[in-house]
Amino acid sequence: MRNAFGHPQSVLVLGGTSDIALAVVRRLIDARTSTVVLAGRDDAALARSADELRAHGAAKVETLVFDAVDPSSAGSVIDQAFELAGGPLDLVLVALGLLGDQAANDDDAVATARMFTVNLTWPAAALAALRPTLLAQGTGHVAVFSSVAGVRVRRANFTYGSTKAGLDAFTQGYADSVRAEGIKVQIIRPGFVRTKMTEGLPEAPFTTDVDAAADTIVKGLGGTSTVIWSPPVLQAVFVVLRHLPSMIWRRMPA
Amino acid sequence: MIDGTEELLTGWGNTAPSRAMVRTPRNAAEVVEVLEGTTGPLIARGLGRSYGDASQCAGGTVLSNRALWHLSPIDPSTGLVTAGAGVSIDELLAVALPAGFFVPVTPGTRQVTVGGAIAADIHGKNHHVDGSFMRHVTSMTMVTPTGVVTVTPDADPALFWATAGGMGLTGIVTEATIRLLAIESSYVTVDTERFDDLDTIMAAMQSGDAGYRYSVAWVDCMTKGPRMGRGVLTRGDHTPRAALSEKQARSPLAIPAGPKLAVPFTPPSGLLNRLSISAFNELWYRKAPAKRDGEIQSVGTFFHPLDGVAWWNRLHGTKGFLQYQFAVSDDHGDVVRQAIEILSSAAVPSFLAVLKRFGPGDPGPLSFPIEGWTLALDIPVGPPQLPSLLDTLDVLVAEAGGRLYLAKDSRVSAELLRVMYPGLGALADVRRRIDPDGVLASDLSRRLELS
Repeated sequence: MRNAFGHPQSVLVLGGTSDIALAVVRRLIDARTSTVVLAGRDDAALARSADELRAHGAAKVETLVFDAVDPSSAGSVIDQAFELAGGPLDLVLVALGLLGDQAANDDDAVATARMFTVNLTWPAAALAALRPTLLAQGTGHVAVFSSVAGVRVRRANFTYGSTKAGLDAFTQGYADSVRAEGIKVQIIRPGFVRTKMTEGLPEAPFTTDVDAAADTIVKGLGGTSTVIWSPPVLQAVFVVLRHLPSMIWRRMPA
Repeated sequence: MIDGTEELLTGWGNTAPSRAMVRTPRNAAEVVEVLEGTTGPLIARGLGRSYGDASQCAGGTVLSNRALWHLSPIDPSTGLVTAGAGVSIDELLAVALPAGFFVPVTPGTRQVTVGGAIAADIHGKNHHVDGSFMRHVTSMTMVTPTGVVTVTPDADPALFWATAGGMGLTGIVTEATIRLLAIESSYVTVDTERFDDLDTIMAAMQSGDAGYRYSVAWVDCMTKGPRMGRGVLTRGDHTPRAALSEKQARSPLAIPAGPKLAVPFTPPSGLLNRLSISAFNELWYRKAPAKRDGEIQSVGTFFHPLDGVAWWNRLHGTKGFLQYQFAVSDDHGDVVRQAIEILSSAAVPSFLAVLKRFGPGDPGPLSFPIEGWTLALDIPVGPPQLPSLLDTLDVLVAEAGGRLYLAKDSRVSAELLRVMYPGLGALADVRRRIDPDGVLASDLSRRLELS
């Protein structure tokens, strides 16, 4: 159960090896979280993450392997996650995704389709599968990792950006569909965060490290805003960037 | 099965909402029907005045006790009355006062049901003299998953006392027989005294409370420095008929008036902030007399100041609020000071705190009072440092052998609760006996791993 501050007792992470999601979960364990289910693609990496969370103080950490290239698996992954948790799940973090290499994606139909499947189709299917379960348990909180890259899509990563734009839009409607039922759904829009996903890439303005991003996100999860910007200043920055003329925007550096 | 409606419920603090099927049985037979129609989780709910998640049951059934409403005549020689669990203290007083009786234990609001009063084993301003609510209950009828039982302190003491403060986790109380207090008038003779700091107010309570049936101190948690914990102490007892004024004597057993004002909607959080609360506390302190003895007040004014404004809880805004209430023994009265110090030095807005003396506690494994002190503070949700600040306070309280009041709690950890209530094993034993399949559970019991 969530407490008065929204601190969950049990958490499911879809994309259970995400650096930012794990940093968020560590902070939630410091508060009230005792049960964690980590679901992801890489069995060995999940096991390492699970060990790390146990060492951090989680009483029960379970892992679940799935591959997001197959959207028909989404329903069974959600079912298995609840079984492993052995009770209600108070918070579901949707943190899976591929960043991809835009230059390689530009002319590659298969790679582009895969990006959309993993980043948008599978998470949307999982959210749909999750919906009746959340309604039945009478309480719940879902936080979906979007990205500022989806707020206004750039030449430099438009495949990734547009998958996130789709997921962001889907989640907005999804949030409205369950709001009156007491289910809280939030969208997390991080800027550039130094993680293993972004290793080696040139840093954008307002780059943060994982801990700073996690602090902002945890604070946002306890709040009432539907969108959590990390760092928060990006909300104001994007008010401006969204309205830049296209001729300037398309010249934005990589 | 009787009809139900899906409802989104919170406690009085408006935090952590959850959805449940609410069913409202009209008698014990219908309660049995509801219990038999579900595998759980299920919990009873009265007027929803517990601050946290005690009467919520996400994804399960919430059994409203409000239609379990019947009232026997009051036995004029013994003061015994049998009331349905859904009868509120307000409704009971409306019948008892004109007959010359008072409810022996009443909290700061009349808007709690008999069932809720038992589930929380509520206390009033007279705990140091009269103990908590269950001490005045002679018998209860309960529906448990294993059957309908009549429970008295002698017939099944383990179940009786596990139900005292047991937050509904031992069954559904359908009616209770309560011994009322005979009174001559519905007025209270009150002595009021203002104190400039916490030490003097605590010393005055320790030395003088025994001379009064009712005693409560309101303490200002927003003032720092030497005047930290300044407050107003009000103490009194029921006014004898002979002491009433001519006007009061014309209706010596008047019943308290309903609320004159109501908060119509929930404003955004932040209306009650450090500035507005400090200003309120200042005003309130200044309007109290430095010392005034023998003032005759109505029951409503003295006992239930919060009932003057309906839905006052909404003032704390959409994020909701919580009440932090703990009890510590006399040996650890310093925890009261530390708690106020921690809150007044942190940037946490807190309304007036209520400080009371407790007499010896009840034997219930979850019954809250322990002999010594209890302090209760309302705090709006919002300040980012609040969760960890309260966690720090929890540790202080637990290390002092003290405990939190579950009727108020919405955030303590399951681990520390076990330290605060070492007798929880007795509750588990009773639950294994009367609820072997674990049907009875609330959001609170799941959060605190009691079910």
